[in-house]
Amino acid sequence: MATYRLGGVTGPEQLEPDLGALGALADRSRRAVYRVVCEAGAEAVSRDDVAAALGVGRTLAAFHLDKLVDAGLLEVSFARRTGRAGPGAGRTAKLYRRSATEHTVTVPPRAYHRVAELLAEAVERTAADATLFAVARERGRAQARAQAPARDRPRRARQARQAGIDDLVRALTEDGYEPVAGPDTVMLRNCPFHLLAEQFPPLVCGMNLALVEGLVQGLGVTGWSAATDPVPGHCCVRISKSNQD
Amino acid sequence: MTVRGYHLAQLNVARPVASLDDPVMADFVGGLARLNALADNAPGFVWRLQDDDGDATALRPFGPDLMVNMSVWTSIELLREYVYRSAHLDLLRRRREFFVHAPSEVYTVLWWVPAAHLPTVDEAWQRLETLRTQGPGPDAFTFRAPFPPPGGAVAGPSSVAARSDGRRTRGSVLG
Repeated sequence: MATYRLGGVTGPEQLEPDLGALGALADRSRRAVYRVVCEAGAEAVSRDDVAAALGVGRTLAAFHLDKLVDAGLLEVSFARRTGRAGPGAGRTAKLYRRSATEHTVTVPPRAYHRVAELLAEAVERTAADATLFAVARERGRAQARAQAPARDRPRRARQARQAGIDDLVRALTEDGYEPVAGPDTVMLRNCPFHLLAEQFPPLVCGMNLALVEGLVQGLGVTGWSAATDPVPGHCCVRISKSNQD
Repeated sequence: MTVRGYHLAQLNVARPVASLDDPVMADFVGGLARLNALADNAPGFVWRLQDDDGDATALRPFGPDLMVNMSVWTSIELLREYVYRSAHLDLLRRRREFFVHAPSEVYTVLWWVPAAHLPTVDEAWQRLETLRTQGPGPDAFTFRAPFPPPGGAVAGPSSVAARSDGRRTRGSVLG
């Protein structure tokens, strides 16, 4: 289970471990290793996978992976990898995946999470869900307008829609959702509001849906829509083709 | 976490904004059978209060305007999975469209029952009263401020709430 530090601030006591963890990412090639593991999502990867993805030796890949484990950024599991041929097939492999522990460092100390928690509690008590959702939808639309002004849009519907989907994936990537785009659906592998969503699920997941809906609408991705679809290890929102046209 | 010998009981009371045959309630009423079936087949599900129609909407033990929803699960984590990580989440997202919310009211309570025991509505009402008057404690608590079963240690994802000041926390399901 993830540990909550919501409401925490980067005070002197927490600064050391968090800075230590993030400091492990200062090295450019280690950051590349971290990115490969993150991009695999819920699926754990081996040192061979990382070595192959980056075109480096497996010893070097393992060195960086283990440094990232020591820093608390990755978790280790051991599993027999099936469906593989050649040397190493059937052997138990050391596998890596991103740790769920969050690290935040702000200098000077800032505690925006704490504010978010108080505001969420206030919205919850006053049952102002609908207002929050409306604000989120407006924000999503405004973000879409800022990113892709309508005048830049291709004239033809199909091209406009594809440009809209590309813009949508770019915006979602920038916002930390880690989208994976398929022909009929965009899955979101990460919840940028995770801790708050665990504490106030209906409120924060509803806000999130409205935010994404606003983006989809604002970017003119016609025929696509966002809906609540909680899948383990993913954000609670899925974007999919809603009709054939 | 499953503690041998104890199950988790849940009571939720809700005041619909309109009568169940009113169009504003249509999406709630229409989704009920599917969500109940989802619960019945969910990991950890033990029992839920229902009448011959297969749900509890017509049972109004606490007054004609107050609907009840009561169930028993093997663990708080598995109930949490159903409530917040299934299609049920979308109903919760729309809770304010269907149910009245009063800021001072407590709508949801959780408590531990011996595994062989199915709670009665009177007992459930007592637990809600306990939460209402004393705030979360071992006898009546919420997802955000959980307590372990007798003799167990709870390893819920809501440890922040458990370590907080223990002040009164409102029910977080339909509340």
